[in-house]
Amino acid sequence: MTNPTSSGITAPQIIVEDLVKRFGDFIAINQVSFSVNRGEIMGFLGPNGAGKSTLLRVLCGLLHPNSGRAIVAGIDVAQDPEAVRRRIGYMSQKFSLYNDMSVVENLRFFGGVYGVSRRDIQDRLHFAVDMAGLGGREDSLVGTLAGGWKQRLALGAAILHKPAILFLDEPTSGVDPSSRRRFWELIHSLGEDGVSVLVSTHYMDEAEYCHRIALINHGKLIALGTPRELKRHALDGHLLELSGERIGTAIATLDQSTGMRNVAMFGSSLHALVDDAELRIPEFQAQLAAAGYVGITIRRIEPSLEDSFVQLVGGKK
Amino acid sequence: MKWRRVRAITIKEALQIVRDPRSLMIALLIPVLQMFLLGYGISLDVKHLPLCVYDQDKTTQSHDLLHRFSASPYFDTRPGLHNYAEVGRGLDTGNCRLAIVIPTGFSKGLADNGGSTVQALLDATDTNTASLAANYARAVIAGYSAQVQLDAIQSRGGQMQTVTPVEVRARVWFNEDLISRNFIIPGVVAMVMAIVGSQLSSLTIAREWERGTMELLISTPVQPMELMLGKLLPYFMVGMLDACICLALAMFWFDVPFRGTLIALFFTTGLFLLVVLCIGYYVSVSIRSQVGASQVALILTMLPTTLLSGFSFPIDQMPPVVQGVTYLISGRYYVTLLKALFLKGAPWSELSAPIACLTVYAAVMVVLAARSFHKTLD
Repeated sequence: MTNPTSSGITAPQIIVEDLVKRFGDFIAINQVSFSVNRGEIMGFLGPNGAGKSTLLRVLCGLLHPNSGRAIVAGIDVAQDPEAVRRRIGYMSQKFSLYNDMSVVENLRFFGGVYGVSRRDIQDRLHFAVDMAGLGGREDSLVGTLAGGWKQRLALGAAILHKPAILFLDEPTSGVDPSSRRRFWELIHSLGEDGVSVLVSTHYMDEAEYCHRIALINHGKLIALGTPRELKRHALDGHLLELSGERIGTAIATLDQSTGMRNVAMFGSSLHALVDDAELRIPEFQAQLAAAGYVGITIRRIEPSLEDSFVQLVGGKK
Repeated sequence: MKWRRVRAITIKEALQIVRDPRSLMIALLIPVLQMFLLGYGISLDVKHLPLCVYDQDKTTQSHDLLHRFSASPYFDTRPGLHNYAEVGRGLDTGNCRLAIVIPTGFSKGLADNGGSTVQALLDATDTNTASLAANYARAVIAGYSAQVQLDAIQSRGGQMQTVTPVEVRARVWFNEDLISRNFIIPGVVAMVMAIVGSQLSSLTIAREWERGTMELLISTPVQPMELMLGKLLPYFMVGMLDACICLALAMFWFDVPFRGTLIALFFTTGLFLLVVLCIGYYVSVSIRSQVGASQVALILTMLPTTLLSGFSFPIDQMPPVVQGVTYLISGRYYVTLLKALFLKGAPWSELSAPIACLTVYAAVMVVLAARSFHKTLD
């Protein structure tokens, strides 16, 4: 579990070591360790109730860990949560701005409580309004805005004080796909500015946007790495796609082949998990030709994140 | 503590108050309603007691006596009754609280100088009223007896000295006209302020929890003291506006004499308001639902202010243990101060002790309320 990141390598902005959070007998976070670098976008992927929100809340200082350490921006969260809060921005899972106040009133309020100086507030307001694409709607009541606007505004409110670290808890849930895409562009531009972003999601496609992904299930960190690493790592072997006429009937023939780990129908083609693609592709070609199949193409494909996720979650239960 | 953050919260709360004009109207109208309801509803004066008479004698003398009753402001004489059954029914139904029965031979007894009796039947379900009514009736009859005696002596051509050996000359201070309303209204003001103040602040934290805005708020660097001050400041303004309405009604509508200084009045009212706002805030922090918080805050402030502040029951007549408890009731100090300011016009030297107590009380409540709030979801 090394940290290859796209941005510059500096001291990690977040270090989590053996973190445990219990609610009574229920262990919500079980011995989780990882670190996040400056400018890195780290995704928490996992089913509902896996412990993603709890983990983010511990890192924000909203919940006290039972054991282990969480160092955010160089500060132990359990020791000095207030110092951490000055350096972070947070978007809770539930929309938490004030619906009975306008866009600008909300931003001014959060600017005030985050201690943005009065000299800077006007600039930051403009920045947040532009970023959220809310120009011309500054005086609309927040309650009247559509989901996508609300989420972007909440992000704008969370970065008014230029935090070094952002915690976003399922920021795009209930938002239409085009708004989600736009939201992720915003997250990436923040990452390019050096902001470390920890974002939880249960959308597989969104996880692909992250520099690294932490897979979380039942409070445990079950895998951590870049999307590419995860996909390779999760599947023990190489994935082949076989297509051509009557290919579906070839399952029985292929199933017993050497090096075959698993083969299944996938739409109109077959997906086969093998030990070594280089070795097996010519073998299968020959085997199928001998069995009378013609015009069969076999190629190695990248497994999807969903494949690996299902494999990992299922395999480690 | 950063004033920048207090200011941001104050502006936010004020905006939310203004955005919810219905609640604001309620906050301003409820005190008016309560002042009128309680100001008119609570009266300890016994006047216009319904009185039934059963005159069996039907003579000039019996008419004279009954005339004295109907002339008294304390009684409202109902049409005459004709038998005991009607008297019983009158008392049963509450048509009369007091029944006077003048027996046959009443005037004969007077004429024979043997003396006569009059029967008074009292409805004592309300003992206080009954004993007052009995006293008033005795006074009316005593007046009549004296007149009869005097007439008798004079008709015999005699002279009588009408000097009583010892006479009480009572001069009533502070509430010269013995109008119970003058005594009650300052207490009503305290009660209304207790209700309004605690209700205003009891929703403020619970609402953030219910609407889901609290999680984000506590993830910001805002300090508990900043949050409390910021939130209570706009409610303090609304509360003081309510206080002005109540006090103006007391002085100009109910004509309660005001003899103190306005500075002292507003200072003590501000202190008391701060105390009840803090109680409401404390409850709001502890009970994260708006309905629950408002109920508990109402009970915690209204009940002690009504029962233990000296507003409805005199403190010096309570059992010693209960008297001790009253020192823990902020309403006690405020009611004392209001009565001193309204009726007595007491000097600062006399006000200083309760003001000091109320100040300490407010300081303790501010600290308790602020510290009750923890920035955690645990």
